[in-house]
Amino acid sequence: MKNNLMEKASKQSNLRMVIKRFRKHKLAVASFYFLCIITILAILAPIIAPYDPNKVTTSFGKPPSAEHLLGTDQIGRDMFSRLLYATRISLFVGFAVTIISTAIGVVLGLISGYFGGWIDILIMRITDTIMSFPYILLVLVAAAIFEPGLWNIILILGFVDWPAVARLVRGNVLSLRETNFVKGDVVAGMPRQYILLSEILPNTIGPVLVNATSVFAISILDEAALSFLGMGVQPPTASLGNILNGAESITILTSKFWLWIPAGVIIILLVLSINFVGDALRDAIDPTAR
Amino acid sequence: MLKYIIKRILIAIPVLLGITIIDYAIMSLAGSPLEMMVGPKTSQAALEAKAIALGLDQPFYIQYWVWLKQLFQGNLGYSMKSYQPVSQIIGEHIVPTLLLMGTSLLVGLLIAIPVGIYSAVNRYTRRDYTLVSLSFLGTSIPSFFLSLIFIYLFTVRLGWLPSSGMTTPGTEGGFMDVLKHMVMPVIILAVSISGYNTRYVRSAVLEILQKDYLRTAKSKGIGRFRVINKHALRNALIPIVTVIGMQIPTLFGGAVIVEQVFSWPGLGLITMNAIINRDYPVIMGIRLLTAVVVLIANLITDIVYALVDPTIKY
Repeated sequence: MKNNLMEKASKQSNLRMVIKRFRKHKLAVASFYFLCIITILAILAPIIAPYDPNKVTTSFGKPPSAEHLLGTDQIGRDMFSRLLYATRISLFVGFAVTIISTAIGVVLGLISGYFGGWIDILIMRITDTIMSFPYILLVLVAAAIFEPGLWNIILILGFVDWPAVARLVRGNVLSLRETNFVKGDVVAGMPRQYILLSEILPNTIGPVLVNATSVFAISILDEAALSFLGMGVQPPTASLGNILNGAESITILTSKFWLWIPAGVIIILLVLSINFVGDALRDAIDPTAR
Repeated sequence: MLKYIIKRILIAIPVLLGITIIDYAIMSLAGSPLEMMVGPKTSQAALEAKAIALGLDQPFYIQYWVWLKQLFQGNLGYSMKSYQPVSQIIGEHIVPTLLLMGTSLLVGLLIAIPVGIYSAVNRYTRRDYTLVSLSFLGTSIPSFFLSLIFIYLFTVRLGWLPSSGMTTPGTEGGFMDVLKHMVMPVIILAVSISGYNTRYVRSAVLEILQKDYLRTAKSKGIGRFRVINKHALRNALIPIVTVIGMQIPTLFGGAVIVEQVFSWPGLGLITMNAIINRDYPVIMGIRLLTAVVVLIANLITDIVYALVDPTIKY
């Protein structure tokens, strides 16, 4: 009982230390608030958006005005509303991909590191094979095969992004297995499940979280690139990438800047702030590593 | 060393075979390329004749076997669209891609290495934070968005640089012409390459700067410049070499997008076209090529590793 309480207290102070160190990174704190605001805006898109994102209004390709904050596109849809919904889609893709790939990576990494032997060899070979391939090529071929669309993009990216997490977790498990507290558990005859899930897993959460931020950033970039190439989220559903797709036409590029600049700026700001948060988190969790 | 290299190559062969089998299986799941060839006037009989001519009526393992046998005779098959030999298509497009990737990697590293060292030496100063933030910016800009901005600025507004192809159509081309076409794609690829590598170089050098032998070197009083360039840099090279080797696949991926935007006549462009047309022999050829390149790059990385770090023995 007493032991339990002390453990709890040390965990709390540990978390407090992480938050304290994170706060020192001003840019990361600002990025964090920015991400929160954007996320809230994206979630509340149906309430905030002044127009239906797919509704055709009477003004075509008009520059920003009081009526349409960011103008309208070629077929008369309100760009501000479309951008809100596009951000929502992009964040959703990033989030879902991160969850899927982290889950796969953590499970395979735990299995590989803890059990070793031929399972380990097999999983690591698969990991190496996926890691050593031109990622975009793999994704493009997959996207062409499984009909591009929102869920397919999420699944494809999710199933391609896990190797880095798996390697990370495996490495951590290997070193944790040699620590005294895990050895103690083994000697005490604790069940495997308990050792894996209650002793080893909590100790790898930090690095996994840091890795998840970079997966989040990369998958937003990848979704945008795929949709830009026409292999991702399909119109009329708005995504930040397929809005930019329109800018390949020279008239939009040269004379209708409001149709492409905002989408690109949102992608940059999103990815940049996620990266800043991830970097500060890495520093906060493990101040000795650089 | 030689034994090690031979062993690595022998391991690579089953890996390559496995990759081609998986690729072939996935592609036959995707559906027949004939669907892409159907026009309004094609009859069923003509389609069937075509399927037999291309061997598409056979089950996938027989198709694969035929493909593999051809491969061992040095034949990569023929494009289903243009009927050109795949090896010829790849041969025509590989040079532009290598030119683009090689130059970008070089430019990216020429920026990243000095900046990374400067940042590490001046760690935790305002300049360091600025450079690190800039490197994050470099990796956060989607390459296609940067391409659009560049095209808008340098082609549409200023009219300085051409935005598509490798040479001006109707001219001989020549060195200056190719150079002009290369400027924008190379800068765009180099921005993200230097962004990634600046941080790697910085952390590699930071780690070395803490080492005891560096303190010894400093205390000998041989001067800051020599300490950093002779003692620190050489040891920092090891992690940098690994990271560069690991980037080859990513680099190829980046090239696909940039080639698409700038209509650069390289492998990325024909890959996209082949994917859209489900031109299997071409896709298989390119996948095989990239697999070989990646495995060779990994091997070279390990060899360079041993050269830079004499303590590593194979």
